[in-house]
Amino acid sequence: MTTTRRDFLAAAVTAAGAAVTPELAHAQEHDHDHGHDHQVVPSDPALRVKALESLLVEKGLVDRAALDALIDTYEHKVGPRNGARVVARAWSDSAYKQRLLSSPDAAIAELGYGGLQGEHMVAVENTPKVHNLIVCTLCSCYPWPVLGLPPVWYKSAQYRSRAVIDPRGVLREFGLELGDDVEVRVWDSTAELRYLVLPERPAATEKMSEEALAALVTRNSMVGVGKVTLQAQGARA
Amino acid sequence: MNGIHDMGGMHGMGPIRPERNEPVFHEAWEGRAFALSMAVDGDWPYGADRYQIELIPPKEYLRQSYYEKWVTSLVELMIKAGMVTSAEISGGKAIGPRTKAGHVLTAAEVPSMVEAGYPANRNVPATPHFRAGQQVRARNMNPVGHTRLPRYTRGKIGTIVRDYGVFEFPDTSAKGLGDKPQHVYSVRFAARELWGEQASRYDSVCVDLWDDYLEPA
Repeated sequence: MTTTRRDFLAAAVTAAGAAVTPELAHAQEHDHDHGHDHQVVPSDPALRVKALESLLVEKGLVDRAALDALIDTYEHKVGPRNGARVVARAWSDSAYKQRLLSSPDAAIAELGYGGLQGEHMVAVENTPKVHNLIVCTLCSCYPWPVLGLPPVWYKSAQYRSRAVIDPRGVLREFGLELGDDVEVRVWDSTAELRYLVLPERPAATEKMSEEALAALVTRNSMVGVGKVTLQAQGARA
Repeated sequence: MNGIHDMGGMHGMGPIRPERNEPVFHEAWEGRAFALSMAVDGDWPYGADRYQIELIPPKEYLRQSYYEKWVTSLVELMIKAGMVTSAEISGGKAIGPRTKAGHVLTAAEVPSMVEAGYPANRNVPATPHFRAGQQVRARNMNPVGHTRLPRYTRGKIGTIVRDYGVFEFPDTSAKGLGDKPQHVYSVRFAARELWGEQASRYDSVCVDLWDDYLEPA
């Protein structure tokens, strides 16, 4: 990389018309190398991304309306409510559950979900004796069509490093203490398969509608760091 | 490569800190960075974007947030592909005649792009070298390029749980050396095989591994 921080920030301001921040003013005062700490990469990713977007639009490589549509898709259309509907359907319809476990892509597509970062899905079922936990130690692979984009903790070095070596410690931090004789089965998403945990249906929900069941299903329960309870707040947590 | 990204089993990263009611994007730039990475049609080979992130030096890798790493990777890939130049990135302005762009994604095309995704399986015949129930050893290999064989599995014995079918092979694809389609298996390792007696005798880790990563045990 030959770009210096100062060049980059100056360019970013020109290109993006950003306000001069104290940090930037400092950078502009210097045109020499000096001892105190400057990060190699600009500390303000907002400026960096704004400059990059302007450049790519100017070069005709991206269309701003497509960027807006992508953001809208993942902020408002694709998220853990989708997965919650899949789980609630599996709880309510045993034939659907069998399809979900044996042909997950087709079963998930029945509810209208699938595609990007969920092209090859696998559903793994929690039972009283097996608790499944999903991680991607090498990256942050996550089943977008059913759970949306991953939360920061899932992408963190903490979770990625520990889930495979200390899954019970990780679960304890999420408030989940499992019996010693329960098998904790961790799925490391190293290839292109993407995993969805089918959590256990809570007791005393026999009379609940599919819609009411879906409202109980949390994102965390579908990653395997939580269980579904009657107190759940829905798929936001 | 034996990079910082291959962090399964490391100690010292600290406690996990879940955030309540976390937004999809914490700041507007994260959404723009995400969308730029999705929208740019670079036509780079499967695995090249992951490898580019892995090439971020360890100190920077740990410092940069998720979407910062995406932007770092995107810029490097676009420079390598000749879509932009370093001078344009540093200057923030296009220089010279416009280079030929690939297809530019439109807003109307976003739903079909999201719905189709980019399947990595290949409908070509390939002989599976292993079958469900068979014991295998993850090869002890340390390639300097992109690989999906995590360090913590190398040399360890596991059992094939199931054969997921034929997929592109990222190790060769990321280098531009072709798809080399082959079977991917779910391989189950006992936690004690991976981590020793400190682990529960009941627990296990299932890892998705390509044929080339495995040998009979």
